[in-house]
Amino acid sequence: MLEVGGILSWIHEALSSACPEWLTLLIEYVLIGVGFLALYALIALILILLERKICAYYQCRLGPMRAGFWGLLQPLADMFKILMKEIIPLLKNDKFLFFTALFLVIMGSLCTFGALEFSKDLIGIDFNVGVFYVLAVSSLGVLGILLAGWSSNNKYTMIGAMRAGAQLVSYELSSGLSLLAIVILGGTMQLSGLIEAQSETWFLFQSPFTWIAMIIYLIAGHAETNRGPFDLPEAESELTAGYHIEYSGITFGLFYVGEYVNMFTIAGIGTMVFLGGWQPLHIPGADAFNEVMNMIPTWLWFFAKAFALVMLSLWVRWSFPRLRIDQLLHLEWKILMPISLLNMLLMALWVAYF
Amino acid sequence: MVKYIKDLFSGIYALLQGMVITNRNFWRPKVTEQYPEDRQTARQFERFRGELVFDINDNNEHKCIGCGLCARNCPNQSLEVITKSVTTEDGKTKKVLDKFLYDLGSCTFCSLCTQSCAQKAIKWTNNFEHAVYNRSALVKQLNPEGSKVVERKAAPVAPKQAPATEQNENQQ
Repeated sequence: MLEVGGILSWIHEALSSACPEWLTLLIEYVLIGVGFLALYALIALILILLERKICAYYQCRLGPMRAGFWGLLQPLADMFKILMKEIIPLLKNDKFLFFTALFLVIMGSLCTFGALEFSKDLIGIDFNVGVFYVLAVSSLGVLGILLAGWSSNNKYTMIGAMRAGAQLVSYELSSGLSLLAIVILGGTMQLSGLIEAQSETWFLFQSPFTWIAMIIYLIAGHAETNRGPFDLPEAESELTAGYHIEYSGITFGLFYVGEYVNMFTIAGIGTMVFLGGWQPLHIPGADAFNEVMNMIPTWLWFFAKAFALVMLSLWVRWSFPRLRIDQLLHLEWKILMPISLLNMLLMALWVAYF
Repeated sequence: MVKYIKDLFSGIYALLQGMVITNRNFWRPKVTEQYPEDRQTARQFERFRGELVFDINDNNEHKCIGCGLCARNCPNQSLEVITKSVTTEDGKTKKVLDKFLYDLGSCTFCSLCTQSCAQKAIKWTNNFEHAVYNRSALVKQLNPEGSKVVERKAAPVAPKQAPATEQNENQQ
């Protein structure tokens, strides 16, 4: 089969036959880190191209067509452009916080990315409080954004960062509550355990309340990525670019990449928690169908589902106009939060009585 | 409470309607023109004013009688009509067009010249590739070398000409 587990165990055996145990572990950790960073950059490039193409298609345009066939090399060209641009030094800003903010954003994004389980064998971080870990490290980004806005010494970045703070902190609540509803259903906080619980059918088909949880999670997650109708922290027409105005060159590029990978991470966590992660689509009873579905490699399942959710997010982004800050908070505190609390209660009753 | 639930569902319905519309847009044929590649097949609107040209028939004959109405109507003095006097075989002196100069650089494409032309001697084409290396190259002579006015079989009666001109203007 097309699984990667064989290659991984082959690498492990080859290393442990040649080196002592501590060196084997060290080399493997470094390899995993490099692999994750490479995948991080690769997914960012794919998403940037996807975003530009899909955005163009929703507006009846063609999007980038010149660099490479059908514009496929466009993100590479963008990347080299942004790498070669000057990082403009600012006169009166807090230099230490200015660069710390950038690394906090990237770190939060990368740590959450590490929790994704790409296939049966490609698992970065997996321990007993996985959902809790995801919720915790994804909040690091807020701190980075607030620091970026503050340390830039610019009124627009400040307003953008304040909006982002209000938005991210409130929407984390309902995304966390909808994940907790799934934790009640799955009975574990370990991400691999949650995926294992979906080997029969996905959580989406195990309870009607999963649908509500998923919709709320997708809305809240979409808001957490500062995109779509919730892009008021970086509203171009009001704040020029929000909290990252003063960043130039690759420092801006890292914010950009972090935002795009966050979109994928949100979709990936949604996939793992609601759509069965790398589990193939199984219908209980239909064994022949299940066998055919098992033929498809598990990493393909994961990426297909995650990119389907990314497409949904892009569709929403290019459909709706931007919310005002009061509308944004109204949506969260008066609609999503009560519904997700109620949903959690109903889910607990469902688990108790069915 | 009833209003809350009602608002919630009507909101969801409105959002779904919006998504259906954008989805329809997604599958529509794209309007982007890929210009240098498709310059042979590029679609142009018929009324697009690209460049002023003379209406020249197959015998290298144009319709301009050199009256200069267009040059006088031009707000930017982009047109210059230079005439000369020739003596015809029967000894009459006749004013004919010598050079019709058109400065593309100062033209605003207002189309006052074509509207004022009584003879419909000038018209617009869709050609828009005007780039040249020198500003003087933008001044073009519209009547080709060796071209002459198309011979009229019967000279139109003067009073009938005037209303016809007005009609032309209205049509334009």
